[in-house]
Amino acid sequence: MTDATAIKYVGQPLRRREDFKFVTGKGRYTDDIKAPGMLHMAVLRSPHAHAVIKQVDLSAANAAPGVRLALSGAELAGKIGSIVPNWIIPGTKVPNRPVVAIDRVRFVGECVALAIAETQAMAHDAIGLVDVDYETLAAVIDEEAAIRDGAPQLHDNVANNIATIYRIGGGDYSKAVREADQVIALRLANNRLIPTCMETRSILAEPNADGTLTIYLQSQVPHMHRRWIADTVGIPEHQLRIVAPDIGGGFGAKMHLYPEELLCPYLARLLGVPVKWWESRSESHQSTNHGRAHTETIEIAIRNDGKILGLKVETLGNVGAYLSNMATGGPTVNTVNFGTGAYKIENYEAHSRVIVTNTVPVDAYRGYGRPEGGYIAERAIDAVARHLDLDQVEVRRRNFIQRADFPYKPYNGPAVIYDSGNYEGCLAKAMEAFNYGARSGERDQLRAEGRYRGIGVAAYTHMCGMAPSRRLALLGFNRGGWESARVSVDSSGRVTIFSGSMSQGHGHVTSLAQIAADVLQIPIEHIDVVQGDTRQVQAGHGTFNSRSMAVGGSSVHVSSTRVVAKAKKIAAGMLEVDEGDVSYRAGKFSVSGTDIAPLTFGTVARMAYVGHKLPDGLEPGLDETVFYDPKGMGSPSGIHMAYVEVDPETGIVDILDYVAVDDAGTIINPLLAAGQIHGGVVQGIGQALYEEVSYDPDTGQLMTGSLLDYAVPRAEHVPRIRSLFQETPSPTNPIGVKGIGESGSIAAPPCMVHAVLDALSPFGIKHLDMPMTPPRVWLAIQNARAGASR
Amino acid sequence: MIDTVNGHHVVTIDVNGVRQAASVEARKLLVHLLRDDLGLTGTHVGCDTSQCGACTVDIDGQAVKSCTVLAVMADGSRVTTIEGLAPGGALHPIQSAFHEHHALQCGFCMPGMIMAVRQLLTQNPDPTESEIRHHLAGNICRCTGYSNIVRAVESLASEAHRHD
Repeated sequence: MTDATAIKYVGQPLRRREDFKFVTGKGRYTDDIKAPGMLHMAVLRSPHAHAVIKQVDLSAANAAPGVRLALSGAELAGKIGSIVPNWIIPGTKVPNRPVVAIDRVRFVGECVALAIAETQAMAHDAIGLVDVDYETLAAVIDEEAAIRDGAPQLHDNVANNIATIYRIGGGDYSKAVREADQVIALRLANNRLIPTCMETRSILAEPNADGTLTIYLQSQVPHMHRRWIADTVGIPEHQLRIVAPDIGGGFGAKMHLYPEELLCPYLARLLGVPVKWWESRSESHQSTNHGRAHTETIEIAIRNDGKILGLKVETLGNVGAYLSNMATGGPTVNTVNFGTGAYKIENYEAHSRVIVTNTVPVDAYRGYGRPEGGYIAERAIDAVARHLDLDQVEVRRRNFIQRADFPYKPYNGPAVIYDSGNYEGCLAKAMEAFNYGARSGERDQLRAEGRYRGIGVAAYTHMCGMAPSRRLALLGFNRGGWESARVSVDSSGRVTIFSGSMSQGHGHVTSLAQIAADVLQIPIEHIDVVQGDTRQVQAGHGTFNSRSMAVGGSSVHVSSTRVVAKAKKIAAGMLEVDEGDVSYRAGKFSVSGTDIAPLTFGTVARMAYVGHKLPDGLEPGLDETVFYDPKGMGSPSGIHMAYVEVDPETGIVDILDYVAVDDAGTIINPLLAAGQIHGGVVQGIGQALYEEVSYDPDTGQLMTGSLLDYAVPRAEHVPRIRSLFQETPSPTNPIGVKGIGESGSIAAPPCMVHAVLDALSPFGIKHLDMPMTPPRVWLAIQNARAGASR
Repeated sequence: MIDTVNGHHVVTIDVNGVRQAASVEARKLLVHLLRDDLGLTGTHVGCDTSQCGACTVDIDGQAVKSCTVLAVMADGSRVTTIEGLAPGGALHPIQSAFHEHHALQCGFCMPGMIMAVRQLLTQNPDPTESEIRHHLAGNICRCTGYSNIVRAVESLASEAHRHD
């Protein structure tokens, strides 16, 4: 048995090592875990969008069968801290958010009371017996309405419902307007979405005999959750153990601090028994954060040759009733910083307001801000093409950031640097795969026959893996940008990686092991990956912002490199040669030009722990922990193209083809990377064609309260996604990785909108807001026909 | 007939070839009997309106969303869950195909999806892409975008006659 390998794992489409448990039903999700004697919590939620709580009568609930305890916000006041955001843009007015509402509710779904009972059914029965006396108040749902004079006010310390005002830009937009041939204006709605992880949220908090508390929680950010729960509930961090088991999708929704995540730990400690909470899907729609929910007004100063001279953006970001974890960073830094997209727009002026309304809090959802920012840039460039009747590819070419421009600072602003890219390369690859020329001809020919086909193009770039830590302080982001990895070699040369990243379906057990196996030069079967347990994993920031390979993967690379460096020292001691004479190739330590028998990785690992022949001053053991803080951020980019046919009689959009060419730098595993693109694109198609949270504008009732009313894409709604890659390595990290998880949901919405608009161009339709549902498309066609015949 | 004791009903169901008896409330759903009483947590609950299909199991040869069935309604029936698909540690060809084609990410929808595919291939051993997509319309996957699920099923289509 040899432990050496010459295989290079990075770049191979390895099948996932974690699949077996999932396909056999042995996955272990939070709700699958039971603790002896556990009680169940149910939460009573506000039926009103805005109301004063006059009285809460818990007596019937407390007397109900099997009930241990029923509580309202009043009983909890002062026992658990308020929920505070973790990203606070400087100057933000932060409203108070009690864990359970005390005297006022501000959205349908806000926690009002809870019951703990022997079974989940009993707990739900009990909350039905809680009698709450409300006095309803006028509610405001829409971000534009919320900042008008006389609008209902949500919080005393948030004047005009504006929590944050943010500006960014560079160059001189007024000068660009003076020099421009024309200025085009556009109003964009970025529809409110529900992330819709297939596994809803759940929590089990279990007190241990030693006074510690174990919390099973589907967290994208286990160590962050440990810190937040410790700070808010008042338990020392080292006494909390967060275990994140298998997670049924995250997409940004499982990286925030929610009320139930504080209630279960608090109540488990109070009662001395395990307490579980599980969220039903309908509950999820009104209690788990929503995404997007922006209105943008933009102006584009252009020359008649299609060159954009300047861009002005006004963003209104609806963040719901309270500031969730990262809420102030979304419509600001994450959106308008990226408003110029893949284009060289040197004069830029952006203004963003973060607005509270009587709706479910809005926070990160796949791409968080970058889809909104990318949508601004892409709808702008598309509007230019449409306005000037230029080819959509040609207009992009005239405005692209060029390969020689990298590293590129858009609009010479202070915050954004695109590290690398080759947009022309992606474009050429996409045009070839899509067969752009022939398709355009086919579209034109069918158009003459009265069929409405359209081609959509979208380019994108953004930044992944928020870092370095020092820079995050300037943004008000109260976390570091590093990631931790421990590469622990046992005394037989087998390896366990303890990673602070947290897979929610990404396949880190496979991809992180691929990175380590190449550096360590051992078979991947010799490497295990542990994540999601704060008692096992030393530290971490978790998985979001497409950071797991760029930052988490780099940390595994660096710690593996350190393991090899130390192993070389040990091998030198064993071979009685200078360290400099030892080389490590194909899993063997050898001295070139000699007949000294090479040493295997396993032999050296054994010596590391036996310690007999260690060089002077070298500690025993072969176990390296790294806190890797990147020097910068990688910038993925890409070109997506879609081909659609619109049925003018029904408004149904049929997607005939979708090609994605993405440049995420080095690809660790093309099979898994393509999977990320497939999923992200279909979520983006969902935003473009189907999904939209709807509220009654007067009462603030959630109209899309279940999966009956909120339309996520089904298999029959989407095409086969064709995913191709271009690899322009990032210079910001040792493995050249950029980030892949968010690219699909950034590129697909504008790509789909452009395809449908192209199909509708014979009707003179120049803009439609998402989601472009059959009724919306049909109505636009009817209106256009009526206008034409008038 | 179902015995009723203290407002609970005793049901007897053959689950994955094992005869199981359980005492349940009339309102208990089959999926909760499987998960909570029998410990078969491979069957998942992803919604409360029978939209997502994560809870799909086989009842007497028919793929059924087990959140639409009361446990008492399943009395006397034969139920196969994901755990019973390939007993003995081997993988069923559908399970292998899903692995081979990277047809799963978070895995939460997977047990229901696989049970739905099993029904499809039983009824139509050689489905087209459009038939596959149409048949799986009752099973939501939020991770994969369905592309690789379709690929996995297509890979089975030509050899489907060899499976049950």
